[in-house]
Amino acid sequence: MHFEYQVYEADFVNAGAASSAIKKTLKQLNINPSIIKRVVVALYEAEVNAIAHAYGGTIYADIEPDKITVKIVDTGPGIPDIDWAMQEGNSTASPEVRDMGFGAGMGLPNIKKNVDKLNVSSTVGVGTTVEMEVNFV
Amino acid sequence: MEKTPFFHALSIDEDACIGCSHCMKSCPTEAIRVREGKAVFLPDKCVDCGNCFKACPTHAIYVEQDDFDSIFNFPCRVAIVPAIFMGQFPNDISVSRIYGILKEIGFTHVIEAESSIPIYTAAKNKYAIEHPDIRPLISTFCPAIVRLIQVKFPSLVENLIPLKAPIDITAKYIRRKIKKEYELNDDQIGLFYITPCAAKIAAVKAPVGEEKSSVDGVINMDSLYNRVYKKIKEQGKKFKEQKLPISQLSADSVLTSLTNGERRLTNVQHSYAIDEIGNVTEFLEKLENDEIEDVDFLELRACDQSCPGGILTCDNRFIMCERVFERGRKIADRERKGEQTKDHEMEQERVYLSRDLHVDPIKPRSMLVLDEDISKALEKMKKISEIRAMLPQTDCGICGAPTCDALAHDIVCQHAELTDCVFIQRNLEARGNMDVDESLKIMEVIWGEEKMNNYVKKK
Repeated sequence: MHFEYQVYEADFVNAGAASSAIKKTLKQLNINPSIIKRVVVALYEAEVNAIAHAYGGTIYADIEPDKITVKIVDTGPGIPDIDWAMQEGNSTASPEVRDMGFGAGMGLPNIKKNVDKLNVSSTVGVGTTVEMEVNFV
Repeated sequence: MEKTPFFHALSIDEDACIGCSHCMKSCPTEAIRVREGKAVFLPDKCVDCGNCFKACPTHAIYVEQDDFDSIFNFPCRVAIVPAIFMGQFPNDISVSRIYGILKEIGFTHVIEAESSIPIYTAAKNKYAIEHPDIRPLISTFCPAIVRLIQVKFPSLVENLIPLKAPIDITAKYIRRKIKKEYELNDDQIGLFYITPCAAKIAAVKAPVGEEKSSVDGVINMDSLYNRVYKKIKEQGKKFKEQKLPISQLSADSVLTSLTNGERRLTNVQHSYAIDEIGNVTEFLEKLENDEIEDVDFLELRACDQSCPGGILTCDNRFIMCERVFERGRKIADRERKGEQTKDHEMEQERVYLSRDLHVDPIKPRSMLVLDEDISKALEKMKKISEIRAMLPQTDCGICGAPTCDALAHDIVCQHAELTDCVFIQRNLEARGNMDVDESLKIMEVIWGEEKMNNYVKKK
């Protein structure tokens, strides 16, 4: 089962739309609620990242009988040092974004905590791709 | 997951149902279909919220209750009355007078359901302290909400506070008290709960997380209202009542069944009080996504304005709220002057009542699951999205399902056919793949023969 969602820069109003849709699907598949929760938390975080820190992007989700794979491809400033960004408290967010309550430097670490596999690749000035995987069993 | 079927208090009177589908459109869990011109409940999806009851123009949806005269099967007959019952009557009809009338029409004892609120609140707050890892805690006060969470938000089931409802604690207390006082057996005491809604009946008759009901019968608030009002009229304006010496409930207890009533008694920092099932659903969606931070307690109620908005109450809910609030205000004044309200007597039994306050963990019973086997569920889901793409997305309901999505779901689960959709029928007719008689036959299966012939008859 394949899904695609678009997210747009600074469109905080619609943050969470993709996670909600995926959540509904996973509930119908009888996935364990605690696993659904992990997927939703990670995806929501990634969704907000693309909205807050990039110029928007596309979310690709694939659900298979044993796992969900999500790829979030954004066009944006990119992350110069991924290892640095993976640590709690480190953030590349602008002061404006921080004023809105985002950019606490918890995004990537929080995703990592909730998924079974995470891969972040980024090119400065081009964009970031976050790939994550959560196993159902 | 819980397998035993839900007990439901709502039923459809087939003779009165005109198959208008208003109920189907009003149902927040898509638990109603129309077949052969009559509304049909899907028991796994219904949470007993009562929206359909309110939407029905012909009163074809009714709430089953015990026969009033069944109270006389017991030598000792106790009415357990929610505080909002008093809020249905004008301010000049006092609580004492209503107590008196309830005894006149057949009850030997009257106790308000909220009498156990001090004990219930203490237990709830203790649970909050003992379980700092579970946040937010969700109140189980409203049984429709418990069911909503079971069917629609299975991941939040563990947030429900697994405590007996105040009515059950009150029932346990009064039964023991009467037994001691009059030296009676259990079967000589009949406890009757006066209910403001269908969900409470379902909860009392088949409690979630408990084995057996704490009361012997349930009487609908509207039918008791009629009996009490008749007496008031008979007594006339000049009636001199006997005042109850002290207030039966503390102000806190009186206010509990109003929105914010429970929230104001919690010991946690951040809490919300949300009423009306649509509002609750919207909030829980966000909560499930972890979009809401810092929330420790949720008071959730299915009806607008909480219990005064129940389907069996007999006055405008806002007016009822004001009356209940006013009663609370007066009691609070007296409490400040040192009056000890009657419900404090229950404190003496605290140890006994606290012994088994906890119910078994509440289990999810998701209605969303397409198949227990995930590969099969994925298959079905693919089919649903294919079918959805063919449907008009008008949610017109002519197929007998509330939405196009619900129809797609029904088709895949083999409860409906693609040709139930009137748009598909027209298309097939235009292409010569279906004749008019065939499509009329389909409509007849959904809407009944009579409806299909109304036009012909009139001509």
